[in-house]
Amino acid sequence: MELLITNAIVYDPANGIDGEKIDIAVKDGRIVETSELKDAKVLDASGLVAMPGGVDIHAHIAGPKVNKGRLLRPEDHLRMINRRREGLRPIVGYTIPTTFTTGYWYASMGYTTVMEPATPPLETRHTHEELNDTPIIDKACFPVVDSNWFVLEYLKEGDIQGCSAYLAWLLRSVKGYALKLVSPGSEEAWGWGEGLKGIDDPVPYFDITPREIIRGLHAVNKLLKLPSPIHIHCNDLGSPGNYRVTLDTMRCVEDLSERDRPSLHIVHIQFNAYAGSGWGDLSSGASELAKYMNSHSHVTADLGQVLFEDTTTMTADGPWQYVLHRLSGNKWVNHDVEAETGGGIVPYEYRRRNYVNAIQWSIGLEFALMVKDPWKLCLTTDHPNGGPFIEYPRIMTWLLSSKAREAALARINRRARRKSSLGSIDREYSLYELAIVTRAAPARILGLEGKGHLGIGADADVSLYKLNPYIMDLSKDYKRVREALRRAAYTIKGGEIVAIDGEALNTTYGKTYWVDVEVPEREEERVKRDLNEKFERYYSVKLENYPIEERDLRFPSPLHIRGEGI
Amino acid sequence: METFTGVTCPFCGCLCDDIEVTVEKGNIVKVKNGCAYSLTKYLNCNRDRITTPLIRENDKQVVVELPAAIERAAKILSDAEYPVLYGWSSTSAEAIGLGIELAEEVGGAIDNTTSVCHGPTTEALQELGLPGCTLGQVKNRADLIIYWGSNPLQSHLRHMSRYTIGAEGRWRKSRDDRTLVVVDVRRTYTARVADYFIQVEPNRDYELITALRMALRHEEIEQERVAGVPVEDIEELADLMMSCEFGALFYGLGLTMSSGKNRNIDAAISLVRDLNRWTKFVMIPMRGHFNVNGANIVFLWHTGYPFAIDFSHGYPIYAPGATSAVDILSRGESDAALIISSDPAANFPRRAVENLFKNPLIVIDPHRTVTSMRADVVIPSAFVGIECEGTAYRMDGVPIKMRGIAEPPKGVLPDEEILKGILTEIRRLKRGG
Repeated sequence: MELLITNAIVYDPANGIDGEKIDIAVKDGRIVETSELKDAKVLDASGLVAMPGGVDIHAHIAGPKVNKGRLLRPEDHLRMINRRREGLRPIVGYTIPTTFTTGYWYASMGYTTVMEPATPPLETRHTHEELNDTPIIDKACFPVVDSNWFVLEYLKEGDIQGCSAYLAWLLRSVKGYALKLVSPGSEEAWGWGEGLKGIDDPVPYFDITPREIIRGLHAVNKLLKLPSPIHIHCNDLGSPGNYRVTLDTMRCVEDLSERDRPSLHIVHIQFNAYAGSGWGDLSSGASELAKYMNSHSHVTADLGQVLFEDTTTMTADGPWQYVLHRLSGNKWVNHDVEAETGGGIVPYEYRRRNYVNAIQWSIGLEFALMVKDPWKLCLTTDHPNGGPFIEYPRIMTWLLSSKAREAALARINRRARRKSSLGSIDREYSLYELAIVTRAAPARILGLEGKGHLGIGADADVSLYKLNPYIMDLSKDYKRVREALRRAAYTIKGGEIVAIDGEALNTTYGKTYWVDVEVPEREEERVKRDLNEKFERYYSVKLENYPIEERDLRFPSPLHIRGEGI
Repeated sequence: METFTGVTCPFCGCLCDDIEVTVEKGNIVKVKNGCAYSLTKYLNCNRDRITTPLIRENDKQVVVELPAAIERAAKILSDAEYPVLYGWSSTSAEAIGLGIELAEEVGGAIDNTTSVCHGPTTEALQELGLPGCTLGQVKNRADLIIYWGSNPLQSHLRHMSRYTIGAEGRWRKSRDDRTLVVVDVRRTYTARVADYFIQVEPNRDYELITALRMALRHEEIEQERVAGVPVEDIEELADLMMSCEFGALFYGLGLTMSSGKNRNIDAAISLVRDLNRWTKFVMIPMRGHFNVNGANIVFLWHTGYPFAIDFSHGYPIYAPGATSAVDILSRGESDAALIISSDPAANFPRRAVENLFKNPLIVIDPHRTVTSMRADVVIPSAFVGIECEGTAYRMDGVPIKMRGIAEPPKGVLPDEEILKGILTEIRRLKRGG
């Protein structure tokens, strides 16, 4: 199919296009030269802004944890309901919507690629079954590996080669895309009901510290030439004073990093940017973290912005979820996964009049406005932890408009407002910068070459919004901007129009990316020997029943890599 | 002759995946590692089998070709105002997903067998959550195992040897490294091998759990016995629970379906939650059918709810007690039913069964059942995990791919294919194609 999008005001930061009126030509699912079109349908996009399809680097949308969240919160499913319509399944849920709702809603906002950032390898078949049933968007999932017994044992032995070959096997077996660390080592400790403090506390029985795990997996990631850096949820998440642990984490791989090449992605950094010594004097560590990131090039981050919502928190960080359950008194699901990881779920309401919650809200925005280079930053809420992804446009307008921030600031807890530096920051994102943090930067950090831009050969994922920066004052008209960003005029995915005016049109399905790293045969053989020897002692399933076959994915899209240097 | 290793057993929620099955000319001739139930399921899978589709005409079931049976099933469902689609716990996750799509399409109610087994578990979980883990955690770490209202030596025969007291784990090597407690109303087989047996009076589990929670907090219990158990024993058990390194509570229908139902599970969850202040403690429900957990899981990602879902408004409504199959049938509200891999006529209340039989009835099942004998349309299906593949979810949520190793009877299709056929036909009828 051919499509020519004409007269749109285009923001394509990866190609340096900043609000120019240019035509976008689409053929067979890709962006092509206009001269290649013969019989194209023309879409007149006069008065519309065009951007590459949105890329969400970190949203918990599928898998055992998300589904237990759905089970835990029947009340959430009553917050948003739509009858089924021709070709569409019913819309149900808000913070933990059904897989179908998830796909439709992302498309309705102009997002076309989403990463599920934490899947326990043993249960990843479940994650893929849900991703298979998540319509429209392209997706991938990241296995959690920091408390994996094989990893801990290889790293303890200093066997980076063995660990690399094992993780290549694991990524292939569970059809994963990137390596995820969640509060390194602490889920293993949580298997005994314990936690770890900082990055130098040893994991019980394994005698290895988070610092060693982070450095080891950083080395593995480089050796395997994985498309994306390690994604790390830092230790001590959620605790006052934890910004120091985040700094320690960033610093601990400084000597291993190449210049100008990001090699560490800190996820939902807001939750790890707390100064102060307790809840009473909680304050912002955003400026310290932004200062470090402004002067170093090996770290990127996503935001984990908090919204004032009744939401559902869920993470593989089991000990933190227990703390949150005790703090809030709210219901609590815990699920530890043998020899690998764990997880917990707790509903939580962020209230604007609550001092701590208001400070959290402020920290996220301060950080986003203090990091100078938007290529280092991705917009997320750690959905649904900070709030549901469907509310992203509110964050976008806070970034675009100081007026929007002022209006929100006026309504938060008074003591938090006095403490917040938000009021003194004038910076407003341009649409160009917004396109970076919602498209170009996440695609680049993920190493998804066809995503996040509109250059020749890119996937034809385009979102068009009813915004005209030449007529509208984005800062003043932030409510209209928010509505425009919430309901994309058109969402085009792989060259097909999949949503119009914020409504998904049909239940079609996108690809699932995974990485297939080739390692030398001798290393592969060695890992097989180790697996044969230990796997069934560690696990409750047989080794042969662990891997997921490619045909179990609806539309698999493997990325073949030669892991050189192993 | 071919021998398959690492086969997953499609009988109970244990999903033992180490079965060795020998197949000769498409038939199973030998089974190794399986428990008695597993052996029976494999070796007798061709007994009482339905091999041809049947349609009732003039009160007699006559043999028809598959397309005719699918057409009739589709006609029944699309003509119905409010059909009930029930069963789903002994089929694949893929088939369950199609079942939900079908229920949406016809505006009916869909329910799985959870509503008559661990429904109270889910209801309690929705109130309080649940501290749990996978079975391998228990195998590697647990030094205290409790079975409450559950008798695995007669219901989940390899549960103890694979995952609990008989399993060899990283930190627990032998039986001596673990303490086994059984709480039940009678001295069951499992109780006989326990280190501690607590005999609770029938229907008084809630009181016993409450007393345990008091004992944890060193509160004075003024009676001499609670629920028939001497207070000293309760205090000893509380001590045992608080002082273990990793405790695991497994519970069965003795707790979910005795008096108090979800309140019992509420209390048990609260107890385990309390115990996490002192030590690591988890609980796992002993799920029955091999994929009943899968039915809950697939229902959840499709609809947000685990069972008992009504689509008559075009979106899911979840109200167990009103939208569960037994209740809809007992009130006589439905006007057709599709029963898949389940035999409600053999275990539902009489009034529900009368209504089931009064209206057009479709059964999809490998076996002849009490329900299928009265059905208007019977479509034979292949056994998931024996004759066709599909995903199932173990009692702890671990997903395992079931394999097809033997041949189904000629012309017999998997549930998935049959449901796809019905769904396609219904859509054709609706669009007047």
